[in-house]
Amino acid sequence: MRIGVITFPGSLDDVDAARAVRLAGGEPVALWHGDHDLKDVDAVVLPGGFSYGDYLRAGAIAARSPLMQDVVAAAHGGLPVLGICNGFQVLCEAGLLPGALTRNSHLHFRNRDQLLRVERADTAWTSDYAEGQQILIPVKNGEGRYVAADADLDRLEGENRVVFRYVEGNPNGSSRDIAGVTSANGRVVGLMPHPEHAVEDLTGPSTDGLGFFTSVLKAVVSA
Amino acid sequence: MSIDTVDVAAQNPDDEQPWAELGLKADEYARIREILGRRPTTAELAMYSVMWSEHCSYKSSKVHLRRFGDLPASDALLVGIGENAGVVDVGEGYAVTFKVESHNHPSYVEPYQGAATGVGGIVRDILTMGARPIAVMDSLRFGRADAPDTARVLPGVVAGVGGYGNCLGLPNVGGELLFDECYTGNPLVNALCVGVMKHEDVHLAKAEGAGNKVILFGARTGGDGIGGVSVLASETFDAEGPAKRPAVQVGDPFTEKLLIEACLELFAQDLVTGIQDLGGAGLSCATSELASAGTGGMHVDLETVPLRDSTLTPAEILMSESQERMCAIVEPGKVEQFLAVCRKWDVRAAVIGEVTDGDRLTVDWHGERIVDVPPRTVAHEGPVYERPMERPADLDALQADDPARLPRPTTPAELQAHWLAVVSSPDGADKSWVTEQYDRYVRGNTVLAQPEDAGVLRIDEQSNLGIALSLDGNARFARLDPYTGTRLNLAEAYRNVAATGATPLAVTNCLNFGSPENPEVMWQFAEAVRGLADGCRELGLPVTGGNVSLYNQTGDVAINPTPVIGVLGVHEDVRARIPSGWRNAGETVLLLGETRPEFGGSAWASVVHGHLGGRPPVVDLAAERSLAELLAALGRDGLVGSAHDLADGGLAQALTESALRYGTGARLALGDDAFTALFSESAARVVVTTTEPDRVRNVAAAAGVPVTDLGTTGGEALVLDGVLALPLAELRAAWSATLPALFGGPEHSTVFTVPAGTVPTS
Repeated sequence: MRIGVITFPGSLDDVDAARAVRLAGGEPVALWHGDHDLKDVDAVVLPGGFSYGDYLRAGAIAARSPLMQDVVAAAHGGLPVLGICNGFQVLCEAGLLPGALTRNSHLHFRNRDQLLRVERADTAWTSDYAEGQQILIPVKNGEGRYVAADADLDRLEGENRVVFRYVEGNPNGSSRDIAGVTSANGRVVGLMPHPEHAVEDLTGPSTDGLGFFTSVLKAVVSA
Repeated sequence: MSIDTVDVAAQNPDDEQPWAELGLKADEYARIREILGRRPTTAELAMYSVMWSEHCSYKSSKVHLRRFGDLPASDALLVGIGENAGVVDVGEGYAVTFKVESHNHPSYVEPYQGAATGVGGIVRDILTMGARPIAVMDSLRFGRADAPDTARVLPGVVAGVGGYGNCLGLPNVGGELLFDECYTGNPLVNALCVGVMKHEDVHLAKAEGAGNKVILFGARTGGDGIGGVSVLASETFDAEGPAKRPAVQVGDPFTEKLLIEACLELFAQDLVTGIQDLGGAGLSCATSELASAGTGGMHVDLETVPLRDSTLTPAEILMSESQERMCAIVEPGKVEQFLAVCRKWDVRAAVIGEVTDGDRLTVDWHGERIVDVPPRTVAHEGPVYERPMERPADLDALQADDPARLPRPTTPAELQAHWLAVVSSPDGADKSWVTEQYDRYVRGNTVLAQPEDAGVLRIDEQSNLGIALSLDGNARFARLDPYTGTRLNLAEAYRNVAATGATPLAVTNCLNFGSPENPEVMWQFAEAVRGLADGCRELGLPVTGGNVSLYNQTGDVAINPTPVIGVLGVHEDVRARIPSGWRNAGETVLLLGETRPEFGGSAWASVVHGHLGGRPPVVDLAAERSLAELLAALGRDGLVGSAHDLADGGLAQALTESALRYGTGARLALGDDAFTALFSESAARVVVTTTEPDRVRNVAAAAGVPVTDLGTTGGEALVLDGVLALPLAELRAAWSATLPALFGGPEHSTVFTVPAGTVPTS
């Protein structure tokens, strides 16, 4: 199972995402932002980091890179895509997910171990979790406050497209404690916290993040 | 604008030059004239003035730093003092390079950019050695936590350290944050970076091979960071000229991230013969150091340097400290490949010159020669001073002011109040407000990070080889006795690394002192260096390099001598690391090491009595060594569940941190003198928890380390049998409220206050 991990200029957690794919049993495939080449991967991860230094708006420049045009087209065709942190920002800027990520309400970068509630256990990236399950994974961002117009938030919740919510404290002031959302077909998921940092007991606060990567391996088989 | 060429200088030998304004002394200027056999050109004067500055030349400290070179040869040391950073063999073919540098004055002027570019500079030093940077740490000092200017400086510094390091993708795995009045007008920002490479990948800053090209790559050169030259610059100002530039550089971590990836790819493809980063003194430093270390000379055509500001003069270009730039020596046949790698990473690169036969560094500006110097005289043969030294006049009185006279708590309620006061003081309090602004997870190899005793990183995913790092610099001890205080800082960093189960391997340092022109400061400096050298000799560790920061003072008042010592250790299997927090109830709490009534320079004396006096604790490096070997054995055999070093705040601080980490209390018996047990700062002590106390006692007895049984973990309070019970909730409230209350944040809480009358205020 080949899972692509895109490196943009300024991507940082690409090595971590590739490691998580490997630990889950997949084959990580390095993808380069400047190529029009998805290398026949079965799913794509947009990793965390500061693509283009967060200049203009976080994720805005990366969303217009050559490879993202291919990702957008493939996602419309059902390719599973996961955006983590900066990757989530890129997906919102690319129009694959609704809403926007803005400066944390307290204006600081914040890194802490965060409890999340799984609201949807039927997306391509969350089937190995149970609905209502709480997972502990790191969050670390300066621009992670999820915002959208109230009507849009109502619609998102009405369509059951909130995948994760922060519990026991909202680390960045996100509207309605939203930590992650999904596309209408449940194939594209974006979230601010970092599941790839919770895949080994040695280095993470838990191994709760591994489920994202085991889930997608099954989603690819069943697709 | 007329250019001051070598010919013009020769023909006009008597032109007035602003050497004094550039910081040169009369005899130094005379020596430059003697070296060149004429007056220097404007550009040459600029180069000499920055390269002969204290910062670049180490002219006051050099005679003392030679002590480090006299240490016995170490098998572990692959590259020693003199290169950008020392390199140490950590086994399995891996080499580790690490170094600390100060960015104190820029951080006071412009906290965010000063701190950010401090991180950027040390990261480039590590990169220059051929290594991938893998983590950073920061050691910070500010004035009183409640001083108005601390509220200006601290948030900016923390945001700058975080902003730059986070954007580079380097985990911040530890450091220090301490407060003292003496830093009010002169905060300290010391940043450490550590990198890893294979032995064969070590690169050096040398220009070799006539005909090889000199390539400048990274950011374009602008007018930032031209501090000392403002006078020189004004000389050439005219009505249309640029305004004076800020002396503090502005960082762009995104460009540095690209520079890192580009450099590592250049190294991997073997496209680089020699490499040097551009830091202090910019191109002046990089070109003269590369040429000086090589066998030939170098020629540079300065108009080929890519500029952000086309109005810069040649002297300004030579002195600019614009960030995120590197200089490489490349064989002509590899230039195309080199430029292609730079293009891939969107890194600007330009061939600006070449290595030449002969022994001159020459620089042309549009075909006219503006620099023609022997590079060694610029880079390596600057002035050296034997500054006068004198033991501080107040030291006898200070050392005689024994803390034994200070009132001690007489009731359990007072004892508890003192405990809470120490752990809720800005030095003792929870540092999450700061460390949450740092990414500690990126790259996925962080095994332990703040608030652990040391940062621990995995460097090989197959073998689980790892390293541990700690930075420590207690300035109260160094003020009372710089020789002993420096040895204590070395001992503490060594112990912190050992407490994780690692074997200490090598030492670096950042020596922050006042003005070397003050004989008392110079004496403190010499004593600190002597202490560190003697300590390293006794512990059998090499000093791999370091950094000296002088002139840290406000007016005539110097900071307390602040030697920050870094120790690197190795974990053969990082899975055996020992954390500092208590996870489980029912483990036996043991104190390893001996407690004596030592309160000189202690946190208790400082926090409760505002007192600094007496003698610092006794240093016993043989005991530290036995303790370290014991901890390594305990870790290897999995005999302990936790280990926490005892230092500032003594056992009271260590118990608090271990208990609050995972919310596990303990029931303890501290004997007849609970006060001494809690607040003494005797060195060579660690508190451990274990499910196998008998085995630990046996191993410790064999190692000659005294063991004291303190009690058992469990419950939701720290209970001292028959004395007091401190609920963890109350302890946590006191410990964690301090920094958010001082520096703000979304979750404001009230500062814990000591009940009136329980803490003497004398």
